[in-house]
Amino acid sequence: MTSLDRLRCLSIIAHIDHGKSTLADRFLEITGAVSAREMRAQYLDSMDIERERGITIKAQNVRLNWRDHVINLIDTPGHVDFGYEVSRSLAACEGVILLVDASQGIEAQTLANCYLALENDLTIVAALNKIDLPGAEPERVAQEIERVLGIPASELLHISAKTGQGIPELLDAVVDRIPPPTGDIDAPLQGLIFDSYYDPYRGVVSSVRVFNGSLHTGARLRYVQANATHDVEEVGVKLPVPTPVAMLGPGEVGYVISGIKDVGQARVGETVTTAIHPAEALPGYLDPKPMVFCGLYPVDGDEYLELRESLERLRLNDSSFTYEPETSGALGFGFRCGFLGLLHMEIVRERLEREYGLSLVATAPNVEYRAIMADGTIRIIDNPSAMPTSNEVQTIEEPFVGTTILTPVEFVGTIMELCQQRRGELKKMEYLSEERVEIEYDLPLGEVVMDFFDQLKSRTKGYASLDYEQRGYRASHLAKVDILLNGTAVDAFSSIVHRDRAFNYGKRMVSKLRELIPRQLFDVPIQAAVGGRVIARETVKAKRKDVLAKCYGGDITRKRKLLDRQKEGKKRMKQIGRVEVPQEAFVAALSLDD
Amino acid sequence: MEPDADKDLGVPQAPVDDWFAPLDLTPDAFGTYVHIPFCSHRCDYCDFATWADRSHLIDDYVDACVKDIYRQRSEGLRDATSIFFGGGTPSLLSGDQLARILSAIPRTASAEITVECNPDAADAQRLDAYAQAGVNRLSFGVQSLEPRVLAALGRTHNPENVLLAVTNARAAGIKRLNLDLIYGTPGESIDDWRATLEGVIALAPEHISAYALTVEPATPFGQRVASGEEGPDDDRQADAYLLAEGLLKAAGYNWYEISNWSLAGEECRHNLVYWLGGDFATVGCAAHGHSGGRRWWNVRTPERFIERVEAGRDAISGSEEIEAGLRLEEAFSLRLRTRAGVTPSEAADSVVRDLIDGGLAKWVPSAAGAAGPRESEARRALVLTPQGRLVATDVTARLLLAGAAVR
Repeated sequence: MTSLDRLRCLSIIAHIDHGKSTLADRFLEITGAVSAREMRAQYLDSMDIERERGITIKAQNVRLNWRDHVINLIDTPGHVDFGYEVSRSLAACEGVILLVDASQGIEAQTLANCYLALENDLTIVAALNKIDLPGAEPERVAQEIERVLGIPASELLHISAKTGQGIPELLDAVVDRIPPPTGDIDAPLQGLIFDSYYDPYRGVVSSVRVFNGSLHTGARLRYVQANATHDVEEVGVKLPVPTPVAMLGPGEVGYVISGIKDVGQARVGETVTTAIHPAEALPGYLDPKPMVFCGLYPVDGDEYLELRESLERLRLNDSSFTYEPETSGALGFGFRCGFLGLLHMEIVRERLEREYGLSLVATAPNVEYRAIMADGTIRIIDNPSAMPTSNEVQTIEEPFVGTTILTPVEFVGTIMELCQQRRGELKKMEYLSEERVEIEYDLPLGEVVMDFFDQLKSRTKGYASLDYEQRGYRASHLAKVDILLNGTAVDAFSSIVHRDRAFNYGKRMVSKLRELIPRQLFDVPIQAAVGGRVIARETVKAKRKDVLAKCYGGDITRKRKLLDRQKEGKKRMKQIGRVEVPQEAFVAALSLDD
Repeated sequence: MEPDADKDLGVPQAPVDDWFAPLDLTPDAFGTYVHIPFCSHRCDYCDFATWADRSHLIDDYVDACVKDIYRQRSEGLRDATSIFFGGGTPSLLSGDQLARILSAIPRTASAEITVECNPDAADAQRLDAYAQAGVNRLSFGVQSLEPRVLAALGRTHNPENVLLAVTNARAAGIKRLNLDLIYGTPGESIDDWRATLEGVIALAPEHISAYALTVEPATPFGQRVASGEEGPDDDRQADAYLLAEGLLKAAGYNWYEISNWSLAGEECRHNLVYWLGGDFATVGCAAHGHSGGRRWWNVRTPERFIERVEAGRDAISGSEEIEAGLRLEEAFSLRLRTRAGVTPSEAADSVVRDLIDGGLAKWVPSAAGAAGPRESEARRALVLTPQGRLVATDVTARLLLAGAAVR
């Protein structure tokens, strides 16, 4: 066990692409935790999806040695969907490294996380990264940081995670400036779980930070929120190779394995204590609530049971998504799933397809509505097709979020235009510097989960950044828009939009579907309707001619290949009545141009 | 004949059309195909196994063909009811060369013997020699009667050659002629196509084939289209196909396979062997053979063929046994391309109903032999309409995925 004054616990706060994973790699290398031979890029991002997308999804931790000190580095998820996980990771730290790209400047989510760190009284060590690049403007960005966060430019470190320049100085600053943890080893155990994942051989492996007391192998642990007791099988630290230790004391970070089979029993934010001398729960636990919902259906109805099994297994590893069976007239048997946000939804879907080999149809995402019925009862609607008709309902309420957008000045106009279109309410606008502005809007979450982020990025050439937090429910004038294929309403295409925009939405949806649905053997009429009234119509004209394979010289194989290709193509489409609908049509609403 | 009513499917009874005359193989049907992989010039759209620079090999190739036929005879080669010389350009063979190969092939007395010819290689002397050797059917690669279209296809002949070729063939006593056409060449207007069809009909062949120009990637034409040049347009080709069906039918030519029409009883017997699941032997490089569910194909180049045969071996490069399920599906998909039609299983009833409602297929009375699982209903067959033939691949895929060929 390391004495408290030689321990440091910290996270890195950075925007995507600002170099967090590269910095973590350099730390591993410079402190000798990983030899140059073993080094691979983005060492701590262990999932394929994490490396491909260049973002961290799961929190990771590693123990580093520097100048006779032990530094516990906690790598946090890098996306707004996982804000709660970030807040728990920060709760496990005394300080943070704020890493800012010296040519980009600070971004919205970084700022939000910094505010969170300040609220938690964490020490901020700020560093400007990528100073080796020609576009770097360290002076301008330093001014911005000083203005926004009150960190003097003189305290900023200038580094390049890529070349290694300034890294030892940064580690020195961490040791010198971030206070050591406090804690009482003789007090009852209080440990905070800030990440859990499921290992098929070991069961649930949880990352834990000990605040008070000690966590021993063989101890009987009490999981306070889950209200359950488990015996510790193994305690260890990540060097970054998992290495068992006899115990973890106050201020130490490591992992614990206690025979749990389901991460839902060891959620992020959970407090562990001992069964014999239980301590109180640490503050700040939240049961993460899904914000975005969609239907997931197997393309091939025969894969329903496999999908259910895969969801069960995936949930062992990710307790923040929910699923329950639902039936769609168009898509058959499937599941209504809830996610923390859009990225989370994409990741779950991608993992199901990739790791479990399923071919899925995902319906357009939606939020959870509250319908105040005529008799005063409240109904929660997480599927647009379940929206009651207007004469049954008094009011419909939808969730709102407070968004913060940071942007270069020249894009303010186009961003405000976008936010107005999406029924936004301007709350605040503040110049961070002469070049950059912070804008705050209240927006319906339903508008944000559609393609808001993509629109924001494309309108600002990628320069604007976004963060949001929940602001509760508000009454809105909403209407359900139905889509009919070949005269039959397809429930999976229904969506809820503001009444004033229903006509426009219906028209754009119909013309988008006309592009996405390939010509087939028959004419396919596509209609949009509100309350039974058709508001838009297009037709996909029947295909008149295919490739007419020749059967020449007895070479049947050529024709067979053509037929096989056609059959394969059909298997990837969902058959609705006699219409073949490609998977991407179900998320057409996500790519409607304004 | 009274068709079988089926109220379940709500099938309106089609009038008994004379062109639905039965299409079937005789019990002794057996084809022998001879591949001649030489051309004097390679057409821009062609991706068949043929070479324009190897005519020095022709003598050796003919020797090898004869030798291979004798080898096959020693293994019990059956008498052919049809023999087909395809290519390439079989008309590059002299009368003697052709006669040497043909006389080696065992055949029935009434066998159909076809040679594919280029219209500009159809001189009277050659065709006389072919007829002397026993050839009784010629297939001319006419493609178009519009000089501009012929040029666009990279063909070397002109419309006058076609007239002369037909005259020479008739003079040589060849009773059965096929004229091959291609439609949908970029630059070919619907009026060009009409003129070609009318011109060909005026030549009174017994058989006409009309193929949609298809872009094959590994051809000069395919590369031009890939680099942005105009390719064939599906909708215009559909118009051209329907025009062909209309004009040919009015002139007495009955449709019997996607791209083939003939006067009554003048269907190409050799092609029917392929399409109705018959057995066929093969001679020459890159050619395919079939016997009772086993398929094989020969080595691809003429050099390899000559080498293998000279070494006293067969020329087979690969083969496959077609398992029962696949055989059913293949028989189903091949017959659906013909007017013999199919009898889909009940599993596909809703697809069948959609096809009929959509005007893509119809029920017709059928003597016997429609491929499919419902043998009790073999007196009725599902046959594609002209609109349905144009999307035959899609229709077939839908039916097969619905289990139409499953017993």
